[in-house]
Amino acid sequence: MNATGVGQIVKVALSLIVFALLWQAACYVFSVPTFLVPAPSDILLRLFEKGGLYLTHTWVTFYETLLGFAFAVLGGCLAAAVIVVVPALRDVIMPLLLIAQIVPKVAIAPILLIWFGYGLAPKVLIAFLIAFFPVVVNTTQGLISVEQELLELGQSLKATRWQIFWKFRVPTALPNLFSGMKIAITLAVIGAVIGEFVGGNRGLGYLIIIANQELDTPLAFAAILVLSVGGIILFWMIEIAERYLVPWSSTGDANIEMARQ
Amino acid sequence: MSSPKPAIEVADLCKTYVVRGAATAALDRLSFSVAPQEFVSLLGPSGCGKTTVLKIIAGLTAPTEGIVKLEGHTVLGPRADVGMVFQTPALMRWRTAIENVLLPAEILSLDLRKFRGRAKDLLDLVGLSDFINKLPNQLSGGMQQRVSIARALVHDPSILLLDEPFSALDAMTRNQLNVELLRIWSERKKTSLLITHSIPEAVFLSDRVVVLTARPAKVMDIVEITLPRPRTPDMRVSPTFINLVDRLGRLIGLEFA
Ligand SMILES: Nc1ncnc2c1ncn2[C@@H]1O[C@H](COP(=O)(O)OP(=O)(O)OP(=O)(O)O)[C@@H](O)[C@H]1O
Ligand SMILES: [Mg+2]
Repeated sequence: MNATGVGQIVKVALSLIVFALLWQAACYVFSVPTFLVPAPSDILLRLFEKGGLYLTHTWVTFYETLLGFAFAVLGGCLAAAVIVVVPALRDVIMPLLLIAQIVPKVAIAPILLIWFGYGLAPKVLIAFLIAFFPVVVNTTQGLISVEQELLELGQSLKATRWQIFWKFRVPTALPNLFSGMKIAITLAVIGAVIGEFVGGNRGLGYLIIIANQELDTPLAFAAILVLSVGGIILFWMIEIAERYLVPWSSTGDANIEMARQ
Repeated sequence: MSSPKPAIEVADLCKTYVVRGAATAALDRLSFSVAPQEFVSLLGPSGCGKTTVLKIIAGLTAPTEGIVKLEGHTVLGPRADVGMVFQTPALMRWRTAIENVLLPAEILSLDLRKFRGRAKDLLDLVGLSDFINKLPNQLSGGMQQRVSIARALVHDPSILLLDEPFSALDAMTRNQLNVELLRIWSERKKTSLLITHSIPEAVFLSDRVVVLTARPAKVMDIVEITLPRPRTPDMRVSPTFINLVDRLGRLIGLEFA
């Protein structure tokens, strides 16, 4: 990481600390009841008191999220490949995908629970359903965006469909796949939590529900904090992987640099 | 240049594109031929159908009427012994220069170990020996176009088709690459068909220039370029050169009038 990167992290950290301090001060000055809005100190205290509890529940949510995400990426790539390789199937798959995307997941979550029970399966399924769409759309877009003249070069050399797909389309689509995965991972977290809200007895979503029932607002806030930080870390991990696996798409970086100036 | 079998023979070529019921005539009974190892340029106004001719010769598009023969064989589809250079470099952004050059060898399932040396020689030939392992976005536009020329040559095709390869470059780079293309052509002696908008470029490089009319393209005239070979950059100011440029300019100007 370079100097500007470190500088940026310091800036973000500072603004977060200032925000927390203001929050703390406001809670103190206006003596806001803890069960309404807990001060940051209350939240952190709760977090450390119940460290072990958080660890187990975080692990559960993390596990559901990653499984749902992995299925979304695998299924999404597969669907995108089918759409591109067999264009005739495009008109069959796309409407189904659109319907699956438009149906509110919160609404079907209870039904999935009836079908699949209270265990891991429905959570993973909801995470998958919600994360799948951006992967398909982005990857399909990538697979069909091979430069026209490059395709003509391939044709002029009598490249097979197989060669066109693996040597031309897949590498072209990698940057798009990563854009899709970045959206998908944040959605997968949401999906897993929705699943836990609706039913079950494990995970950070479940913890939030319980905390609400007991008016233990610091506990709920602490769970939300852990959830957000976890989501951000997962997002970063994909960004780092992207840097290593798709080093040629550095034009994106250049664009961001220019926007900053 | 009278050879029994022309390397490229285009006879009565017609092409009409039909898009949603609307027909666009791009070529109208176009005929010309290119002898083995000859360098011919196609000169014509923008949008007249030059790319269409090249695509038909390359076997990428079928003509509506007429026939194209390469070395006596009727073109029915793409042939691997044709090398193509496009208006844009059309490089794979994820591949280094040498990997891009090796692409045709890879697609044709040739022995890559053998061709690696050849690819290096070609990058040498186009003046990129220090940039073998650079990605396209680390190369200038002119360098990228050189890579694509090396790529067109790697599988040793007998025919080279170039579609306005230098039109996106500045005048200085363009002149420089003209000289290099000339050198490559005289070293490798490929039958070459170059599409261009630039009259000096056509005169400097070609044995003959086929002048096309506005769309639908017909052959307006075929001009023999009487400049001696080997050609050198200083010929660009010779009276013959200037006369030829003038003559071609008039032909194209006449068409616009
Ligand atoms: N795939 C296509 N479908 C429909 N019309 C086309 C297609 N390709 C070309 N045309 C039309 O045919 C005509 C000739 O196109 P072409 O690309 O061959 O011209 P060109 O001489 O290469 O032009 P330029 O100098 O701008 O490169 C144009 O009017 C164009 O609109
Ligand atoms: Mg063209």
